[in-house]
Amino acid sequence: MDLIVLITIFVLATFVGSELIGKVPPNLHTPLMSGSNAISGITLVGAIISAGAQEFALSTVLGFVAVVFAMINVVGGYLVTDRMLKMFKKK
Amino acid sequence: MEKLINVAYLVASVLFILGIKQLGSPRTARNGNFLSSLGMLIAILVTLFDKHVLSFQWILVGMLVGGAIGAVMALKVEMTAMPQMVGLLNGFGGGASALVALSEYYRSGFNTQLETIISIMLSLIIGSVTFSGSLIAFGKLQGLVTGNSVQYPGQHVINLLLILLTVTLSLLVVLQQSLQWAVITVVGLGLLLGVLLVIPIGGADMPVVISLLNSYSGVAAATTGFVLRNPMLIITGALVGASGVILTNIMCRGMNRSLMNVLLGGWATAAQLEAARGKKEIVIKSVDAEEAAMLFESARSVIIVPGYGMAVAQAQHAVRDLKNVLEQKGIDVKFAIHPVAGRMPGHMNILLAESQIEYEKMYALEDINDAFHQTDIAFVVGANDVVNPAARNNPSSPIYGMPILNVDYAKTVIINKRSMAAGYAGIDNELFGYPNALMYFGDAREAITRLVNELKNHS
Repeated sequence: MDLIVLITIFVLATFVGSELIGKVPPNLHTPLMSGSNAISGITLVGAIISAGAQEFALSTVLGFVAVVFAMINVVGGYLVTDRMLKMFKKK
Repeated sequence: MEKLINVAYLVASVLFILGIKQLGSPRTARNGNFLSSLGMLIAILVTLFDKHVLSFQWILVGMLVGGAIGAVMALKVEMTAMPQMVGLLNGFGGGASALVALSEYYRSGFNTQLETIISIMLSLIIGSVTFSGSLIAFGKLQGLVTGNSVQYPGQHVINLLLILLTVTLSLLVVLQQSLQWAVITVVGLGLLLGVLLVIPIGGADMPVVISLLNSYSGVAAATTGFVLRNPMLIITGALVGASGVILTNIMCRGMNRSLMNVLLGGWATAAQLEAARGKKEIVIKSVDAEEAAMLFESARSVIIVPGYGMAVAQAQHAVRDLKNVLEQKGIDVKFAIHPVAGRMPGHMNILLAESQIEYEKMYALEDINDAFHQTDIAFVVGANDVVNPAARNNPSSPIYGMPILNVDYAKTVIINKRSMAAGYAGIDNELFGYPNALMYFGDAREAITRLVNELKNHS
């Protein structure tokens, strides 16, 4: 894909993000932080591609460690966010 | 096949956006988090069909190990320890981005397009700064590293030189991609910078740092997207990047400080502190549990103001008992929550929710500040700087201009604190000497439990 297209996507997504986050009320800021933190574990996609190479090389090992790290971020982030949100009760 | 993968990535991106949108209301938040995790699952599954993925053993082992560690951490952590948990998880995300970039560097055969090598270097730097910076932030909040601001002569100059060196070496690699020693040195410098940039920041400012580092890990993921030419990574990374920046701003505004002031360490200059001190001694009145209970008995409305002290003492359940016993006596109880109370924005809300207090009872600063006038008792539990009237009426105070909860406007203010020690800003609180202020000393959990027992005995 063309670099300019990718940069366009990046800029537009930043605006979408700002609009969305600005509307979240303060009492949900902690789950928002941990929830968006879990989303940043999306780098897992890159890690999978790095770890999935046919040949065994240094890059595969690095990819493997990256999968472990990103997976901790993703699973830990989503579970802990769910634990927090479960507690929010109405009267 | 590739078309199908890209469509799936688009679906995942939409799910992330919808997920964050639904996180905006307590009613839909849990569902939002579920949608976002569904997006993640789709993204992971289709990536397994990517044409570059040929062998699965390392992926599966890695996912099992990482998933197990993440699950254990998430299920074991105490709600009071949530700030450091987010910091730690964030560090792993940043570290993963740096590792992916390094892996791509070795796979590229040292002969890749200009924009790819630039993205790789950016991802390496941001990822490694995020990794080590988050670990230090975690250590500070967990008490493994000193929570104080660590400062030494020439600190900022040294940091600036290290940043310049990092940039120079990265440019060298961009021009001459086979310079492996330079790449490794850049990783080392990034890790060192993460440590050096976070140690001057005080423990109570860590939430700002974590939020900022969260933003970095988003940007690191987006740059990884540029390396892999993957729009979904770019969109998602940008979303997280924006969210971190906005939350950081909200927190800085809550303290009336600039981001620069937070990052360079220290709340106030020594001169400002001197000016604020050296004033008359504050004369306080204190009450015991029985006296405090009598005051509550005769009140009709109470606003409880929780602070970090409540979290430290794990007093949220005792506070819930207090609320219940007061409500049984027909007294109206509300909670007022300052945007930077606790060690993370919204931290108090989580603790109160954990002890089953309904979220309709929790009010943000701007929604409740006008109500203190008509309130009989404002009960401050382990909060200090966020109720200091000096922010309103003492221009020489370092916290002057910071939005505070106007507890002093209530008929009576009862302040539960362990001692007369100053809050994070290191300044005295003139509120304690006000004619309508009463100190109720003791560890928050014990003191409030005693108070609840007194109230029960009275009925």
